Amino acid sequence: MRWPEKSIAITGIGQSRISRDAGVSALSLTIDAAVEAIRDAGLTRADIDGIATWPGAIPDGSGFAPVGIPALQDALRLKVEWYSSTRETSGQFGAIFNAIGAIHAGLCRHVLVFRTMYQATARKQGLVNASYQPGQRTHAHMGWHAPYHAYVAATQQALYFARYVHESGIRPEQVAQIAINGRRNAALNPAAVYRTPITLDDYMASPILSTPLRLFDCDVPIDGSTAIILSHRDAAADLPNPPLRIEAIGTNMHYRNSWAQLDALATQAQPEVAAMMWNRTDLRPADVDVAELYDGFSFHTINWLENFGFCKRFEAGDFIEGGSRIALDGELPINTNGGALSAGRMHAYGQVHEACVQLWCRGGARQVKGRANGGPRVAALSTAGGPLAGCFLLVRD
Amino acid sequence: MTSPPPRPLPAIDADNAAFWTGGRNGELLIHRCARCRTYVHPPTSFCPACESREVGPEPVSGKGVILSLTVNHRAWFPGLPVPYVVAMVGIDEQPDVHLITNIVDCDPLSVRIGDRVKVRFEQAEDLWVPLFVPDQGKD
Repeated sequence: MRWPEKSIAITGIGQSRISRDAGVSALSLTIDAAVEAIRDAGLTRADIDGIATWPGAIPDGSGFAPVGIPALQDALRLKVEWYSSTRETSGQFGAIFNAIGAIHAGLCRHVLVFRTMYQATARKQGLVNASYQPGQRTHAHMGWHAPYHAYVAATQQALYFARYVHESGIRPEQVAQIAINGRRNAALNPAAVYRTPITLDDYMASPILSTPLRLFDCDVPIDGSTAIILSHRDAAADLPNPPLRIEAIGTNMHYRNSWAQLDALATQAQPEVAAMMWNRTDLRPADVDVAELYDGFSFHTINWLENFGFCKRFEAGDFIEGGSRIALDGELPINTNGGALSAGRMHAYGQVHEACVQLWCRGGARQVKGRANGGPRVAALSTAGGPLAGCFLLVRD
Repeated sequence: MTSPPPRPLPAIDADNAAFWTGGRNGELLIHRCARCRTYVHPPTSFCPACESREVGPEPVSGKGVILSLTVNHRAWFPGLPVPYVVAMVGIDEQPDVHLITNIVDCDPLSVRIGDRVKVRFEQAEDLWVPLFVPDQGKD
């Protein structure tokens, strides 16, 4: 087969309780997700011969990445042939892309991929700005932003959103549909952290953090962990779940990988990543039944709608206006579990989990009917903003 | 009364020292290739246009255009005065050189993408932080 990803499939998923106050440790949440994923795939711990995560443990107390591979490997006493955490890669999906390579290379057959966040509890403990300590000098890219009191993602990335608004003319009432859609779907998702529907008036009344970014455009820090099992298709045939095949991936880095010098301000570094993905498949945007698009900020989702080709450049505002096209019964349901805006910031792994839920028709009240009511068969997934981007297509045959 | 939090300052190395200290002499220093004259930012010792290693700081006009901006309304630290403008400025000499900066000495709500701006410096410890102000076109 020409492309390595086509021989790899997702065979199981697991997720801890997602909350604003876990009451248990980050490692405990990670174990919940990992054990559930292994069992869901019809495997045992002894079958897991690879582990991957993004970004690996960052023990700074911020809750951004509290659990890495060694802690989980030791807790579960896994014996693996390959493992890798990776931070400098195509957004959070880099762990999945590395696992695809390792499986295709024959290093392993069943890889446990996980992502854990513990930011809700960390914030209660007053460590919100753990990455910046007053009096210390800042390094790397923060050194170009922090002197201007631009040390938070909202302020840094509002610059891309502002340029997009400037070039596209999108209106706040249109942008609002991403948040409104997410909350509408979250109301049907018992695991989501915010489930009370919001109206356009609620969105317009939500405070502006950094123009044009409003509070309701920002995802919600949570405590939680998500895990998936990636398997070689030859090893997936006898497993209980229909394997969800990785149809195509987008991983490239053709733009300057710099938060300040990025040369694609209004689109972020996504157009060529999406183009790479489409070049590796015969599927087209019209074939996608459900799209789980990164929504760390709502405008990431808006950028991805255009960069994937679901609508034309700078026409996403018209595409999402009124919200009917992107609703569960619309032509392109997006962020069907509520997304990071309402289900909680699982940092793109919430999107992966939900794509599998939908393709396996486990969505309950929020299940997308799909073509001829046979359930959705093709899901598009994306992650990250700024210079970072990664995407893939997932297919149930 | 809480005093405003100081600007978090960058760690200085051989590459970025000129940028953060040129303001001592009133100069905005941007690295430039001695051979093909391309500006290189962030400052490094390699020209991506011609592969020359002769790249070093040179003064620029200090004028540019706002490519994007955000008016920040949230005090991320106690005492941080809001609102304030964080902008991305493209320098006149080569607009793909982007400077993240604050636009100061004006009403934060009056600043727009496309506005012309010029540099001014604010000393902080041993560094001179380049800030930008609206450029009315008169020097």
